[in-house]
Amino acid sequence: MNPIRQLHARSVVLAHENIDTDRIIPARFLTTTTRSGLGRHAFQDWRYRSDGTPDPAFVLNQPEAQGCEILVAGRNFGCGSSREHAPWALLDAGLRVVISSEIADIFRSNALKNGLLAITVDAAAHRYLLRHPGIELRIDVVAGHITLPDGGRFGFALDAFARHCLIAGIDQLGFLLREDAAIRHYEEQHAA
Amino acid sequence: MAPRTLLDKLWDAHQVTAETPDTPAILYVDLHLVHEVTSPQAFSELRARGLRVRRPARTLATLDHSTPTLPADAAGSLPFVTPAAAAQVDMLRGNCREFGIELLDLAHAQRGIVHVIGPELGATRPGMTIVCGDSHTSTHGAFGALAFGIGTSEVGHVLASQCLLQRKPRAMAIEVRGHLPPGVTAKDLVLHIIGNIGVDGGTGCVIEYRGEAIRALSMDERMTVCNMSIEAGARAGMIAPDEVTFAWLHGRPRAPQGAAWERAVAHWETLRSDPDARFERSVSIDAGAIRPTLSYGTHPGMVLDIDAVVPTATDAQTQRALDYMGLRAGSRLAGTPVDVVFVGSCTNGRLSDLRAAAAVLRGRRVAGSVRMLVVPGSAAVKRAAEQEGLDAVFRAAGAEWREPGCSMCIAMNGDLVAPGQLAVSTSNRNFEGRQGPGARTVLASPASAAAAAVAGHIADPRAYLVEEAVA
Repeated sequence: MNPIRQLHARSVVLAHENIDTDRIIPARFLTTTTRSGLGRHAFQDWRYRSDGTPDPAFVLNQPEAQGCEILVAGRNFGCGSSREHAPWALLDAGLRVVISSEIADIFRSNALKNGLLAITVDAAAHRYLLRHPGIELRIDVVAGHITLPDGGRFGFALDAFARHCLIAGIDQLGFLLREDAAIRHYEEQHAA
Repeated sequence: MAPRTLLDKLWDAHQVTAETPDTPAILYVDLHLVHEVTSPQAFSELRARGLRVRRPARTLATLDHSTPTLPADAAGSLPFVTPAAAAQVDMLRGNCREFGIELLDLAHAQRGIVHVIGPELGATRPGMTIVCGDSHTSTHGAFGALAFGIGTSEVGHVLASQCLLQRKPRAMAIEVRGHLPPGVTAKDLVLHIIGNIGVDGGTGCVIEYRGEAIRALSMDERMTVCNMSIEAGARAGMIAPDEVTFAWLHGRPRAPQGAAWERAVAHWETLRSDPDARFERSVSIDAGAIRPTLSYGTHPGMVLDIDAVVPTATDAQTQRALDYMGLRAGSRLAGTPVDVVFVGSCTNGRLSDLRAAAAVLRGRRVAGSVRMLVVPGSAAVKRAAEQEGLDAVFRAAGAEWREPGCSMCIAMNGDLVAPGQLAVSTSNRNFEGRQGPGARTVLASPASAAAAAVAGHIADPRAYLVEEAVA
């Protein structure tokens, strides 16, 4: 995984609360056997009308959303299914950060393992970010804060280990495999 | 030693290394369940790194999500919804062969929905850690196991190391006092709980369900409750094992036998929260106040009693949900016309669920305007139901009797609700489009679903059960 230390991008806002992983990537696209190519179906049933044409009312279809890499979402983003296809789809659609006041446990775990920076901010920061779509944000993963265009700053919450893995580009499976001696010891102690 | 919760006990027993401020714990996994949808990329990762599956004997695979529920045609060909779905199933077969994993394939007598077959086989047992690339893994917590859903990267972690990197969740207690009234089921209870604590009420927590009303539930009912813990955002749900659990597991194919059984039960009896154990959050629910409960919106926290009226939307998002569902504030939920009824899923696809639906349907007909699908949770459930003649009840009523699988719950195998149609479903999620693009879902118990099928509109199941009792 490539290290992620700083990010600088514009935000796009989806203020809906409880955006579930079925909404992010509907189940009918889960028959894939690879991680790639899901971006074109991200938010499929929001982005496209039933005749297959893009819905101009959906925020990610609007011209000002193009090139935005930071998604500011309503509370409890990523709830529901454990499908890792959700962060794969968002990354493939060009997003690199999800910010909310609350992010569902499994989605957050999945996102961080793929380098999609899923972070939570307090209610005041969340309100501000929801009300100011399209602003340039500087996200410092090392320092743990978001800098606004006017220089104002919000801190964000991110598990220490996840932060360490992101900034050092550490792959968690590699980390686990290096603990083989401890795992072997546990298995010996617990052999039935 | 300080008093410990059931979560503490299971956590402590499975820690390979303890967590620190800088690193999560390494948690050992006793049983890893695998299905075709969330595993292909994990096996590819192992292959790319030249890794093997560390403990194939602790890994069990089945096919359920994208599999057809219609039987093979005369030529023996199964009606997969797309070539991609068939290819995904073939890929799991190949991966299981290559990595030495037991697969309960489509023709296997013990195949079924992953969360139905684990317990049926006795592979799910008290005190275990159980994971699967599926959020409804919380089902297995009904046996006093720590069971939770993981993503595909973590499926790879478990395949390769039999372990996961995990921060310990917080312990939350939900105490259900008293008794459920007649005609009120475990599904009504769990929908009521989610409505009470909200769809993020359990985020970061493992919920332990406790109290008189929980102890009174059968194992099937306990599984229904634990299954939907994730719909409140919880990592897992669990219920301390007791005599009900032991009696249910005794004699199951993979449960311990003889002296090993006695030793196992002696250990399982210690798996309960100590009297003074501290929960970080506690909620108390009065079972006696619960009525048949159904969802009316587009997440599982938007629920109503059967006799309640749809509330007025106080924000744009709730209004959007009402618009999507085609419901008007102030109108009664009962009486809403229904197009489709689905009985099945890991939430309500077990034998007792089919019996509950059949009890309403026996001697009655599914309304002409309704399509009803009954999908047993496993091959074993299907056989048992057929031995009791439940299939005949469903067929005589005009319902379709299908092969086991996830079917219309996740709607990725071709079993779909058409755009705009309203389905009363015994499944677990009513998100926009969950049962097909534009589909509208009302979550309900098997009895409520069957009542809706007969009436042609949402109806109080107790009316049908009363007639039954009188007759």
